[in-house]
Amino acid sequence: MAQNEQEEPLLEVHDLQMYFPVRGGVMFKKIGDVKAVDGVSLSIGRGESLGLVGESGCGKSTVGKCLVRLLKPTDGKVIFKEMDITEMSQRRLRPLRQDIQMVFQDPVESLDARLSVGELIAEPLQIHRVGSRSSRRERVYELLDQVRMPRSAVEKFPFEFSGGQRQRIGIARSLALNPELLILDEPVSALDVSVQSQVLNLLVELQRELGLSYLFIAHDLAVVKHISDRVAVMYLGKLVEVAGADEIYHNPRHAYTKALLSAVPIPDPTVKRERKALVGDVPSPIDPPAGSAFGHRISHPKYEESIGMDLGLVEIERDHWVARDPCCLTSEDWGRVRML
Amino acid sequence: MTSFQTDDGQVRAVDGVSFEIPKGKTIGLVGESGCGKTVTAMSIVDLLPKPAGTIQEGEILFGGEDLRKVGDSRLHEVRGGEIGVIFQEPMSALNPVHRIGKQLVEAIVLHKKVNKRDALIRAVELLEKVGIPSPERRVMDYPHQLSGGMRQRVMIAMAISCEPQLLIADEPTTALDVTVQAQILELIESMQRDLGMAVLLITHDLGVIAENCEEVVVMYAGRVVEKASVLELFANPLHAYTKGLLSSIPRLEYKRKTELKTIEGQVAAIRDFVPGCRFCQRMEREGETLVERPEFKEVSPDHWVETCMSCYAG
Repeated sequence: MAQNEQEEPLLEVHDLQMYFPVRGGVMFKKIGDVKAVDGVSLSIGRGESLGLVGESGCGKSTVGKCLVRLLKPTDGKVIFKEMDITEMSQRRLRPLRQDIQMVFQDPVESLDARLSVGELIAEPLQIHRVGSRSSRRERVYELLDQVRMPRSAVEKFPFEFSGGQRQRIGIARSLALNPELLILDEPVSALDVSVQSQVLNLLVELQRELGLSYLFIAHDLAVVKHISDRVAVMYLGKLVEVAGADEIYHNPRHAYTKALLSAVPIPDPTVKRERKALVGDVPSPIDPPAGSAFGHRISHPKYEESIGMDLGLVEIERDHWVARDPCCLTSEDWGRVRML
Repeated sequence: MTSFQTDDGQVRAVDGVSFEIPKGKTIGLVGESGCGKTVTAMSIVDLLPKPAGTIQEGEILFGGEDLRKVGDSRLHEVRGGEIGVIFQEPMSALNPVHRIGKQLVEAIVLHKKVNKRDALIRAVELLEKVGIPSPERRVMDYPHQLSGGMRQRVMIAMAISCEPQLLIADEPTTALDVTVQAQILELIESMQRDLGMAVLLITHDLGVIAENCEEVVVMYAGRVVEKASVLELFANPLHAYTKGLLSSIPRLEYKRKTELKTIEGQVAAIRDFVPGCRFCQRMEREGETLVERPEFKEVSPDHWVETCMSCYAG
């Protein structure tokens, strides 16, 4: 389901920034900022899933947390259903919280282990005062059916379940309030392949049944491709490429996207491919390079040239956006975008 | 065979596992979590949690020598000397209160007859070899000052410090990003070429297996269910579990949002393992296959499989 052009997107993010102060010295004074998210813009349509990929520390989880306002962004705008929720007070935000829910890598780890599965799933309903005790019980059963778990799970405790079943419980809980958008932060990366595919199938089915929108944050590119309509690639707090899922895998434009793709091991021993091993680690977001961050990592000869340039996204082809970065594009592509 | 003493009595985590690692080759050990991969590896170098874990039966032959029969002092020589080990989480394997240089020196002095000064020079060389920038400064760092990829490099430097003949790498890249994973696997490969060492690579990632191993051992619920060369195993998997694993990986070339194949159910708890075919147990099959252990047979040259009548259609 691609985004409908006429319709307003469900969620829009404009130039999101999230800086964390770094303190040090004897007076514990602010000595700098970690620019975890530094100017990210994206949109998610109704019923659409957007994948967000990047290496650990690139700020992808921070983006997710800003969207559910677990973090208050330093700057930028988050517009949900045409309402600006960036500055909204907690009280006004409360009814909207039902519509955006978050699913974590191991949801149960972050929950009260003394609550039974039934209580855990009913908790959001209680907090938002939805329904009576008996109607909540009915809803819990319905949710367990939806995530293909036996109703008998109600009486049990999270530790009695395996990783895949726990993730189902986490998904059931996040669905309790009929949300429109799920922020899924590495929901399957702790699972074994056979169970991972069960949870992925469930997410695809739920999206079809309920018309959900997803922001799917993960580092496994094959998984992200499977579930996403569009994919955004993030590097050091900034987006470097955004395009349709098939397009970005078949026709990557940015050097970082290419490097990420070439590092994915292919489960086929007859394929012997050139591994373009990327050297070095992601640079520190406390003191990011002045110019192209990825150009700096690969010591690109044009790095000096990129300092002071606007490295924002440009539309190189219809619906295919890439950073306007001389270090990370082929000379042909650079020729096309430098004038845009 | 390795068992653990638990509150419920003895449980057999690893139950009759046999395989060989030829000199200079890379063998992959694959399976889902909880299937006994790590226990198998830790049994080789006797690093099982004591006193709960004990090897009940079996031989661990290293260059013809049974490591279960040699004394403690010989085992200390072998472990970290002739056999190097890399663990999944380097942060918990490195000592957080000692500088990495000191930890490397300790390992070198223990196994090579050199003084601390020479050992430190060797430590710097090793860090350089595994691709750590400005190693002479880095030896003074504590583990927490390094990134995950750098820590894993330190682990590798330590494991190869005594030029082992066998390297056991237990999920060496699971906690790392794909880009760093590629660097680490390349590093292990080049070390292997330089030193001619054999590698036992334990992973649940079939992509890593396909790209790095020559032979594959597939474990399920404490047993080996299939064993073959990597080309043969991927082209012609024979056991239902291996087939299930291979077909449930999402691949870049698949059509998006189509249904992925799955393996229903989950691995039974160790204390509930049946004596017969444990994959039949997962499939909730009933009858005779659950009673008797299926024979592990060589069904074509160098292709071994557990010949359960339901899981193997021979």
